Amino acid sequence: MNNSKINQLKDNAFKYFGIGCTLFGILVLGYFLVNIAIEGIARINWQFITSLPSRIPGKAGILPALIGTLWILGLTAVIAIPIGVGAGIYLEEYAKKNRLNNILEINITNLAGVPSIIYGLLGLEIFSRIMSMGGSLLAGASTLSLLILPIIIVATRESLKAVPKSLREASFALGATKWQTTWMQILPASSGGIVTGVILALSRAIGETAPLIVIGALAYVPFVPSSPTDEFTVMPIQIFNWISRPQKGFIINSAAAILVLLLVTFLMNGIAVYLRNRWQKKVKW
Amino acid sequence: MYKLRSENVNVHYGDFHAIKDVSLDVEKNSVTAFIGPSGCGKSTFLRLYNRMNDYIEGFKKTGKIYFDDVEIYDSKIHIEGLRKKIGMVFQKPNPFPKSIYENVVYGLRIQGMKNKKMLDEVVENSLKRVALWDEVKDDLKKSAFALSGGQQQRLCIARTLAVEPSVLLMDEPTSALDPISTAKLEELIYELKQNFTIIIVTHNMQQAARISDKTAFFYLGELVELNDTKEIFTNPKKERTQNYITGRFG
Repeated sequence: MNNSKINQLKDNAFKYFGIGCTLFGILVLGYFLVNIAIEGIARINWQFITSLPSRIPGKAGILPALIGTLWILGLTAVIAIPIGVGAGIYLEEYAKKNRLNNILEINITNLAGVPSIIYGLLGLEIFSRIMSMGGSLLAGASTLSLLILPIIIVATRESLKAVPKSLREASFALGATKWQTTWMQILPASSGGIVTGVILALSRAIGETAPLIVIGALAYVPFVPSSPTDEFTVMPIQIFNWISRPQKGFIINSAAAILVLLLVTFLMNGIAVYLRNRWQKKVKW
Repeated sequence: MYKLRSENVNVHYGDFHAIKDVSLDVEKNSVTAFIGPSGCGKSTFLRLYNRMNDYIEGFKKTGKIYFDDVEIYDSKIHIEGLRKKIGMVFQKPNPFPKSIYENVVYGLRIQGMKNKKMLDEVVENSLKRVALWDEVKDDLKKSAFALSGGQQQRLCIARTLAVEPSVLLMDEPTSALDPISTAKLEELIYELKQNFTIIIVTHNMQQAARISDKTAFFYLGELVELNDTKEIFTNPKKERTQNYITGRFG
């Protein structure tokens, strides 16, 4: 066999290997989705969405958990996006490349890998106790913000880094300040990447359970939270709570709740894709 | 009368000595060409005038550079203000990912100009000056990336002219262009000379000979020779210049 034949063989082998890898992920996810859907889809109705929890599976609903998740999502976004994107911009555009900043950089990257329960303990001490927020929505959102800040910072920096140097030079050469260059050229050009990073981070936040349990989110919430200082529960905690009960009815409830949570996540991702496409159209590459 | 003067300028990037004791004066409303082999320091020297090297890691400069008798590396100098007066055109056309219109008015927008009528006027005048108006006047809202390379480069010049500089720095502005676009750009440079002091870095010696009044030959960070372009190309004083322009090295 000559060399080009071997190369072609390798090429094909890798192609099928790649297809296999992709299929594996899709199949596992598909199996899970189908399984959950079969069990839970019949349970999803208006009553399920708008009811408070109950000891009778047929009467129980996810309203407090759903509203709690939306609150957490909104508050976390409000806290984490400006801080995360701001820090990313500083580190990439302004910070001098010295030792201190190098250490800072490595630490931020490492923080992304810290187990979420550790963030929960940190949030319990700082937000719940020292700042006496207790088990409120605000404490939960602040804790989750800490958790996803590294992801947002890293994503922001990577997107800024991808903007060609020539764009910066063009702006500077016309007498723009660093702020003007960042705000009017660099950020619009990198917004697609930043938005994607932010959405990924928020998607992670709404799936988190452990840190919220640690700061004292409740498993049984017979009311709908109406302000950031209210106590709360979120969908994953509700799911966890139901799944740990022996009655079959609650297992069905949790399957239905998982479907609703998935729907929320998909909706978010959909909105993100829409926003990204719209912004990228404004940036006329 | 000299528009730009420099005295004993040295530039270091970390340990690398990029510019070695260069003193060079540039006359008002003339075209000066910087020639020399790659890595000889001609681009570095050009970028000293609008302080674009300031962002490079380990950049250090000694000596003085004057623009209209103001020392441009003085700590009191307002860098953004300086760059409005000393415009720059880059090697590769680098329009902003915006419309043609927004590209031209960017320099004015960042200065806070909002008057639509005045902006419209500037766009028309600037594009006319670079002979691009007739080609794009109906497509001002189109992306600048829809233009050809040569048009993009002329747009970049128009964008620079819009903020009304008195000096134009051009860093190999035609190296990414086809011969016809290059010819158009050279013609443009010849016209702009009436009102602007132009310094052009070029690898193309025929280009230097065609468009410049003075030519400076750089080699390994030193200014080997600066003279009238005619003199440099017909009767160079230094042997190294002679060798370079006859193609014996470089």
